[in-house]
Amino acid sequence: MTTQRVRFYQVGSFAVGNRLLEADQRTVQAGEHRSNALTSGHRACQGCGEALGARYVLDAAMRATGGRMVTVNATGCLEVFTTPFPETSWQIAWLHSLFGNAPAVATGVAAALKVKGRTDIRVVGQGGDGGTVDIGFGCLSGMFERNDDVLFVCYDNEAYMNTGVQRSGATPPAARTATTPVTRSSPGNAFGQGKSAPLIAMAHEIPYVATATVADLHDLEAKVNRAMQIRGARYIHVLVPCPLGWGTESSETIRVARMATESGLFPVFEAENGEVTSATPIRRLMPVEPYLRIQKRYAHLFTPPPRVDVIAQIQARADRNIRRFGLLTEES
Amino acid sequence: MDRPFAITLGVGSSRANKTGAWRTERPVYVDLLPPCNDACPAGENVQRWLYHAEARDYEAAWRQIMTDNPFPAIMGRVCYHPCQTACNRATLDDAVGINSVERFLGDEALRQGWTVPVTAPRSGRRVLVVGAGPAGLAAAYHLALLGHEVTVRDAGDEPGGMMRHGIPSYRLPRDVLDLEIARIVEMGVRLELNAPITDLDEAVRAGGFDAVFLGIGAQLSKRAYIPAGDSVRILDALSVLREVAGGERPDLGRRVVVYGGGNTAMDVARTAQRLGATDTLVVYRRTRERMPAHAIEVDEAVEEGVRLRWLSTIAYADGGTVRVERMRLDEHGFPQPTGEFDELAADSVVLAVGQDVDRSLLDGLDAADGGVRVDATMMTSRPGVFAGGDAVAEERTVTAAVGHGKRAARHIDAWLRGTGYRPSARPELAVADRLHPWYYSDAPATVRPRLEAARRVSTFDEVVQGLDEDTALFEARRCLSCGNCFECDNCYGMCPDNAVIKLDPGARYRIDLDYCKGCGICAAECPCGAITMVPEQT
Repeated sequence: MTTQRVRFYQVGSFAVGNRLLEADQRTVQAGEHRSNALTSGHRACQGCGEALGARYVLDAAMRATGGRMVTVNATGCLEVFTTPFPETSWQIAWLHSLFGNAPAVATGVAAALKVKGRTDIRVVGQGGDGGTVDIGFGCLSGMFERNDDVLFVCYDNEAYMNTGVQRSGATPPAARTATTPVTRSSPGNAFGQGKSAPLIAMAHEIPYVATATVADLHDLEAKVNRAMQIRGARYIHVLVPCPLGWGTESSETIRVARMATESGLFPVFEAENGEVTSATPIRRLMPVEPYLRIQKRYAHLFTPPPRVDVIAQIQARADRNIRRFGLLTEES
Repeated sequence: MDRPFAITLGVGSSRANKTGAWRTERPVYVDLLPPCNDACPAGENVQRWLYHAEARDYEAAWRQIMTDNPFPAIMGRVCYHPCQTACNRATLDDAVGINSVERFLGDEALRQGWTVPVTAPRSGRRVLVVGAGPAGLAAAYHLALLGHEVTVRDAGDEPGGMMRHGIPSYRLPRDVLDLEIARIVEMGVRLELNAPITDLDEAVRAGGFDAVFLGIGAQLSKRAYIPAGDSVRILDALSVLREVAGGERPDLGRRVVVYGGGNTAMDVARTAQRLGATDTLVVYRRTRERMPAHAIEVDEAVEEGVRLRWLSTIAYADGGTVRVERMRLDEHGFPQPTGEFDELAADSVVLAVGQDVDRSLLDGLDAADGGVRVDATMMTSRPGVFAGGDAVAEERTVTAAVGHGKRAARHIDAWLRGTGYRPSARPELAVADRLHPWYYSDAPATVRPRLEAARRVSTFDEVVQGLDEDTALFEARRCLSCGNCFECDNCYGMCPDNAVIKLDPGARYRIDLDYCKGCGICAAECPCGAITMVPEQT
């Protein structure tokens, strides 16, 4: 008989923590002494993916930098629900200026620290998809092309949720938003519009670009950690489902993010200097339909008669991602 | 200016904002009944001992088993593991090899010499246990742990009952049996062998006993009438097994027909192969699906060359031949004769058609189903006399007997102290639907190495070998911990409101209701279904 090495733990590496894992293999979130950069009492909705994503990213960055870190925030949900004066949910050095200038302010903070000889203090800029891929995009591109020493993180919930769910440049096709209503001629947001900020970031050939979701914490923390080992402009794009804007149950935030990756609609990968270096394979491949079906923003695709044509178009986008990023392995 | 770097304005914390007020449902940690525990006839807390084994704390795991069952090494060999049949992991890949881990733990305890101390104060009460089989010894063990003075009397010259006389040594090596029994004797249980009891009242009076447990088994082979000539040997299975256990090699000839479809039939057929039979045939009147023998035993017998013949009864035996009649199942599943006959060659016929209880000790006690009737507390119709094991009709297995012994011991204890023993309430069953399979890695079961069939048919060496530490650990870690928190930190890590407080290792978590908004992510993402959302009272 061949002996099998003990490598399958009770819950593998998929759960947040695991008492059977060595301490260095556990996540930051599993520790009692995580920074809790974003603490309790914030006014985010029940089950907010962005609140979760921001704590994941910033706690991991705090550990990677030993707490020597400044965060610059764009306007958006994340800013509004955390800092209604005179209260703050931030337990880190945190700065907010305007909607569109967060990457530029982050560049300024990094420059000031350099002048003061404090390059040991790192800078993290962050915002939602509105502040990143639309309003702040000029500043972001400038930060990239100058290769400023900033990690910029976009928490992508695929629309302007703070102001009432308006379409952004990251809103996917066929999604219903306040500004892309379902009409006889259009099934929500138009196909052929929108952009992929991670791919544009890669086109700047900056040292590090990655995507992640709140459904895979180990992967997300590893990417933040990797980013903080690098100097220069870095970009991480995190998918953070929004129960309000997507029309999902508050308990389904993690599940819907997991379905986004398992269907191939949201490819999880990392790239260095403009080239994809790795992609997280799909573990259990699933069609896009169940992912769409649990979100009310796609409900119009399923009311009789179902829009089989539109669902097929969305499936084609997923299939393209799977091909393009090599998301399938033999196991999946 | 006692503020963190780059903070200039003193502000209040959002922790002043108690978002718990938003909640309409609250998460509650629950401990459900895992299907393995539910299925165990001995009432073991399987999930709990696997939890310790996963962390390499084998001694704690073993001690957890020992709170319910004094024979882990025996169980790991002879139990038919209904726990594995019930295991939720089977819906993912294969059931956890609970039985093989139990055997590893039992063997480890024998290697390390672990013992169970009696810490209960002496009660001063004396209990007589009749029969040193699994039920009697289990009852004696638990009664001793509870502080009572226990005497076990057995008519035979060695203890173990059916574990010694009915189970062949290729399934249960005698050194393992001896060591696990010795451990009970060392706890202060008095074991009297060659001490048959003919008059129970006299025995109780003479010994000054306050209560009695009858674990006398079902030791009489049932007879089936077979018209037979003079020149064929007809034997009963229990006698064959008993002779072999005693070191003899009864002559069954080369061609052996075993009549019956239970575990004893399989045991005696496999024993015949080991005694030199070249052609062993099991004749059973119904179909394989309806055979009472456990599938593993049938599989192992077939691997060893035993042949099976379904839907047949023996009509006549003589002169080296057996005439069998073909049967068919009627609409109720009962075998009916067809009038078609076949002749088979046979040097001997072994009857394995069931066992009866010797009623000579049971005079004056109410009977039920061929055995003795007991109430919910395992007490017979006579106050102070309890019974269990094969003598009480139920499933006749070692594990069921051990469970009877435990249950009876707890009720005897309550009866002696004048208190009532109330078993703890059974929680809701942790069904597979409550689990979140995403979080469990795929990992197929480790199959215990088996003696190569060709080698094992000629010896009485143990057929199924144990796991080494690595494989046992691997197997233990395949447990899904159904319905019981195992501290994976998912709830703690995935709460968007930091409203789950992580307590010390082993103490799990607490919900901070000041901030919990009741989103339900913790319950939805709990791998083992140990969190339930409960509506808030308004």
